[in-house]
Parts: sequence; C-alpha cells; structure tokens
Amino acid sequence: MISRAERYGWVLALATLVAFAVPWFLWGDSRTALGLPLWLWWHAGWMGLAAVVFRLFAVRAWDDGVQGVA
Amino acid sequence: MVALELALVGAYLVLALAVGLVAFRLTDATAEDYYLASRSLGTVVLLFTTFATLLSAFTFFGGPTLTYANGPEWTLVMGLMDGVLFAVLWYVVGYKQWLLGRSEGYVTLGEMLGDRFGSTGLRVLVAGVSLFWLLPYVMLQQRGAGQAVVGLTDGAVPYWVGAGGITLFMIAYVVASGLRGVAWTDTLQGVFMLVFIWGAVAWVLAAVGGPTAATEALADSNPEFLALGGGLYTPQYIVGTAVYIAFGVTMFPQINQRFFAADSEATLKRAFSLWPVLVVLLFVPAFMLGTWAAGLGVAVPEGGNVVPAVLREFTPAWFAALVVAGALAAMMSSSDSMLLSGSSYFTRDVYAPLAGEADREALLGRAVVVGFAVAAFGLSLTATQGIVQIGNTAFGGFAQLALPVIAALYWPRTTRTGMLAAVGGSQAFYLGNLAAVVAGPFESMGAVGAAYYLGWHPGIPGMVLSLLLVVGVSAVTNPSPDENAGAYFGGQRAD
Repeated sequence: MISRAERYGWVLALATLVAFAVPWFLWGDSRTALGLPLWLWWHAGWMGLAAVVFRLFAVRAWDDGVQGVA
Repeated sequence: MVALELALVGAYLVLALAVGLVAFRLTDATAEDYYLASRSLGTVVLLFTTFATLLSAFTFFGGPTLTYANGPEWTLVMGLMDGVLFAVLWYVVGYKQWLLGRSEGYVTLGEMLGDRFGSTGLRVLVAGVSLFWLLPYVMLQQRGAGQAVVGLTDGAVPYWVGAGGITLFMIAYVVASGLRGVAWTDTLQGVFMLVFIWGAVAWVLAAVGGPTAATEALADSNPEFLALGGGLYTPQYIVGTAVYIAFGVTMFPQINQRFFAADSEATLKRAFSLWPVLVVLLFVPAFMLGTWAAGLGVAVPEGGNVVPAVLREFTPAWFAALVVAGALAAMMSSSDSMLLSGSSYFTRDVYAPLAGEADREALLGRAVVVGFAVAAFGLSLTATQGIVQIGNTAFGGFAQLALPVIAALYWPRTTRTGMLAAVGGSQAFYLGNLAAVVAGPFESMGAVGAAYYLGWHPGIPGMVLSLLLVVGVSAVTNPSPDENAGAYFGGQRAD
C-alpha cells in the first residue's frame, strides 16, 4: 500500500504525462534540430520519460486503485 | 521482376505459416487454449501480439500517406493515443480484466459483463455491437492486402486473387493453431515491421543526403509541415482522435481479449512500461518517411499510397517487395486476431446463449473463423461505400463501449439497466451521425463534428453521452435480484 499523498502524486504524474505528450507550448513553432522538428524531439523524449515513469509506477504503486475496489 | 517480388512475399508467408504450424503442435483441444493460449503469453509475445494487432494497414499505408499530405503531427496523435493513453487504459481496464478473468474464468468481454449483470441480453448486445463494427474492419484489411498485391505486381496478379490468397492463408493458420499461433506469428511480424521500416528510412535518407537535407527540402516545398499544428491538425483533432481511438482500441475484441491472455502480473507490468518506447520506434520513422516524401517530390497516384511510391523511387525492387511483405504482415497480424476474437464472440456470446452450449466448442470456433473470413472476403469484393464507412469509423463505434465498461469495473452501483441504456443509447447516437455520412450530406465524420460538435469527432460527444447514461440511469434504477456485483467486488487477489 502506498500513502494517500503518493497516490495523488501518481494521479498527477500520469495526468501530466498525458497533458504534455503534445508540446502545446511549441504550437506553431517550426524550428528544427538534426533534421527533425523540435516538437518531435520533445515528443520522443517525453515518451522515453513516460516509459520510465510507467516503470516506476509498476514497481511502486501497481495494484493501487485496481485491487479491492469496493 | 514480378516473379522475384512474388517469391519474396511468398517466402515470407510460408515462414509465418511454419510458425503457426509449430504452435499447432502445442495446442490442445479446449476453447480456453484455442482462444487464450491457456492464459500463458509472456512479455515479448504479449507485447508484440498486441502491438502487431493494433497496427494494421495504417502504419505502412494510411498513416504515411496522411503525413505526406498534412505533415508529421500524426506522430503526436499516435504517441498520445497508443503510447500514453492506451498504456494507462492497459492498467485501468486491462489489468482489472485480467484479474477478473483469472478468478472467474472469463474469455470474452460479453461473458464478463453478462455474468456480473446476470444478463444474457447485455452479453448478446455487447457481442453483437462488436461484431457489427469488426466485420467491415476485417474487410478493409483484406481490401488493403488485395490492393497491395495489385500494386506490387503492377496488376499482373488481380485484386481478388491477392485478397483471396491472403484470406486462405490466414484461415490456414488461425484454424490450425488459435491464439498461440497468432501470437507467435504476430511476434515475427512485429519484429519484421520494425526492422523494415527503419531499413526503408535509412535507405531513403542515405540516397538523399541524410535527415537534415531531407528536412531542408521539405522546408522549401511545404514549410507549413514543420510548424506544429495548422491545416488538418487542430487541437480538437489531435486530442479527439487520440482519445476516441485509444478508448476504442481497448474495446476492439482482439485487443480486449489479449487482456485475459497474459501469463502473469509481471508480464502486464513490463508490457505497460514498454508501450511508449515501442510507439516512438515504429511511428516516428514511418510517418517521417511519408512527410519527407513530400519534400522529395515523390508523386503519389490518385488513391495510392506514399510508401510504395517513395521506395520505388529510391530503393531496389527487391527491397520494396520486402517492405510490401511487411505491410501484408501488418494487415494479416490484425486480421488473424480479429478472426479469432470474432469467432469467440460469436460462438460464446451469441450462439451459446441462443442455441445452447456447443458440444465441441473449439471445433465450432474454427468453423466460425472460416465463415467470418469468407464473409469478409465476400464483402471486400462487393463493398459499397456504406460498408467502407462503417469499417473506417469502427474505432469510434468501439469507443462507445469503453466508459460503460469502466463504470462496470469500478463502480459497484452500476446497474444492468444503466449498462443497457448506455450501450444502446451511445451506439444509436453514433450510428445516427454515421448515417448522415453514409446517406450523403457529409463527406466524413470529421465534417459532422465540424458542423455540430465544435470540431470534435462525433465519437467524443458519443462517449460523453455513454458516461452520462451509465451514471444517470444506474443512479435512478435498482439492481435486479440476479445481478452479481460480488463477481467484481468480492476482493479478488492476484497471487
């Protein structure tokens, strides 16, 4: 079991991952780096971060909210 | 040249069939083994079979062609949809279903809901709705395969031979080996696709002087493609598409059934955290290849696809043939799974409740696979625009099921009446919008959304409606005496 504070933390973390998978703050930006648009680099990096956060979630908080809901 | 290309595609098909036959030797005669490989799939196989099943023809054909015409933002739609949202749903819906499937022995979604709500009607309704959207979608895959073969051979092999050949071939290994064979061939096909899409990008970029040169060419020809957003890509389009497809994917029978097939919790955890990486690895090269082709001046014939065109221009014929084989792999790995799941939905949730348990369910299941495949093939030969539209909008149709199912999984107050109202009401709403497209006044669901729903695809207001109905109707109705909330909320534990 994780603490209530940590549970809210995970909800916030997952919501942030969803919210910024698209870099809204680069809307209309057309700068490129190494042959790819900057916003695509952000996205690729963000997906890497998502994989790490998901892994941490699976190790620490897996089962939370799913098991024994009643 | 056509002979070489056909030989390469043929060799690939034979290899996949051989894998299916090896799996057949391990298959026993129970329905659970046929449909779920006895709940024994490990991480690599589960990840790739789900992934390969998701991909379909869109990865190689539809997707790159879209980015060729509109810019590469579809990569973001895919990442948000399959990399993040689907991963979260994998946990919220998939893990929960896996737990229930293990403790209660469920094989299909309809079975799981029918048991909880004590309702054969709900079970048949969910299976019926699923089959309605599934069959035209299978048909689209066969159509894509037939067209790919025609394109590859410059018409030397006619459309019906290509589509029919692929159909026969899938029947052979799906009938023989069930989910185990499908999952193993999917793993082969998934690896094959990843290798070839990277190979294709590397080859084309080497020919044109690297990614920077390719992007500079694009900045000259289509500078608007490099800026995030614009044109097709409104915020509503990006978010709405990602949301309704991600939720729809979880209710697609072949994906939903995968939730029951994992061997352990550890497998589900590993697959969960690998999703975003796999999505980036596949879709960034596939969609950038399509986008770069616009800057390289590759011409795409009317109604054709950009990937074969760009390969024909920059790579040798044998390589282009291999990539087309990869695309056929993508289509088959979607269709084979859909055939198998469609068969289980029909056999267990429509046939059994109405006609009684089959004596030899695994045998009946195989017969239904053949029937389903042949029916879809027949449709692919005669398809009217209406059928094509149903297939094209299937993700939205499945998305209407998702929120009621999530409510059923997590909210003990959900009632049978609430479920029936939500599933029936949201399907009616979505079909009503689709009718406006099929009957003619609108050219696409997107156009309906632009006219009536502030730019959101009709799948989104449909999902909102399904949520309002399941919560609202459940709140004002009482559970029937034969509902069995204990099936979900009895405090089950994973070992």
